[in-house]
Amino acid sequence: MLSKRIIPCLDVRNGKLTKGIKFQGNVDIGDPVAVARRYYEEGADEIVFYDITASAEERGIFLDVVERVAENIFIPFSVGGGLSSVADMRAVLLAGAEKISVNSAAVRNPGLISEGAEAFGSQAIVVGMDVKQVPKRREVPSGYEIVIQGGRRFMGIDAVEWAARCEALGAGELCVNSIDADGTREGYELTLTRAVVEAVRIPVIASGGAGSPRHMLEALTQGKASAALIASIVHYGEHSIGELKSYLDAHGCKVRPPA
Amino acid sequence: MSLAVLDYGAGNQTSVLRALNFLGIAGKVTASAADLFPASGIIFPGVGAAGQAMHRLAGTGLDAVLRELVVIGKPLLGICLGCQILLEFSEEGDTDTLGIVPGRCRRFSPDLRDENGDPATIPHMGWNACLGGGSGRLFRGIAPEAEFYFVHSYYVEPEPELVLARTRHGQEFCSAYGRDGLWAVQFHPEKSGRAGLRMLRNFYEYCAETGAERGTC
Repeated sequence: MLSKRIIPCLDVRNGKLTKGIKFQGNVDIGDPVAVARRYYEEGADEIVFYDITASAEERGIFLDVVERVAENIFIPFSVGGGLSSVADMRAVLLAGAEKISVNSAAVRNPGLISEGAEAFGSQAIVVGMDVKQVPKRREVPSGYEIVIQGGRRFMGIDAVEWAARCEALGAGELCVNSIDADGTREGYELTLTRAVVEAVRIPVIASGGAGSPRHMLEALTQGKASAALIASIVHYGEHSIGELKSYLDAHGCKVRPPA
Repeated sequence: MSLAVLDYGAGNQTSVLRALNFLGIAGKVTASAADLFPASGIIFPGVGAAGQAMHRLAGTGLDAVLRELVVIGKPLLGICLGCQILLEFSEEGDTDTLGIVPGRCRRFSPDLRDENGDPATIPHMGWNACLGGGSGRLFRGIAPEAEFYFVHSYYVEPEPELVLARTRHGQEFCSAYGRDGLWAVQFHPEKSGRAGLRMLRNFYEYCAETGAERGTC
């Protein structure tokens, strides 16, 4: 039986973590490789890195980070942020990532999903979806709309329909991020998460809103997600990955035992 | 004393090499028989489609090299696609595969249901355990509850006496098979944390011991 996955997300800019990460102990909190290593040792099942700026020159620095991560952690990790061509994807995979995550570039050019899947296999292609709740209308029957540019631009695309389309185009996994819940720490958008899970056969990662272990449990049970993306709940030292896993395990949610 | 990681353009050989480097094991990604025959052992990785992989192996003559390496008793570890195409046939594109080990590779049924009665995700992707732990020296020192990282839509059915581990995803399937010196695992030990690294080290230690006996190091 598959374990539910816990996936910390690290934002990287110019080779450094952008958000302060508070750890007890002697880890250089600005170094994404050291922090990734820490999460790996605590039992993270996967790690996501987002390249925040992705200017051409900083891209090189970021690829160097990806390579160092690949030499130091032995779990899958994915990379997203500014990838808009098969050549961008290839560079990240060659540097050692297992998966690439595309988001707005895929909304603008859905063919990118199928091109990536053909070139590298579906298992390598994660589609990140930023979603906002809106009044139901003809183009958006679920009441969940795809947005880009951090939620400033509404695309007139129904999130649940988009999820199914991504799967048909060859996506291997979806990461569903609720812009409404993101940063609130009040819990994941469970209705949205579940609606997407039930519309596709590929694994779905819930993202946005985790403020407590209970929220993760909800996303993985009521929300039926395969994995929960987390950030501040571990970055600020409130919980270790091990504690989160113990909590989930104690509440009947199967997770990989901390290594 | 080193391991050769077979390079046939099938994806994850660099990940395997990084894991060996981390363990301090000398390894080389290679497609050359001149490297493969002197190596203490061979890792046969792979990600992708069976048909394309067989096409590449046949086109380079590596299919015959692999068979010969097994015949002379060179230790070999197949990973993921490598595990699948060591068998005789794959339902993926109805492909005749290497036939080094008796058995077939089959597609997960689209009707597969998980333990909650929901449609099971395909591919089977994520962390899963070997039921009751695996057997044989490949699993030496690995806790029975340890989990490994899987990504696959097809599963192997070797001869029953070769099965070393089984895993459940909607159905039970074979996740590791073989005998001393010829092993194959469906999961990715190079991406399975400490348990996976331990498995790679177990393989290396077997190669080192048998190589020392035969004096080929």
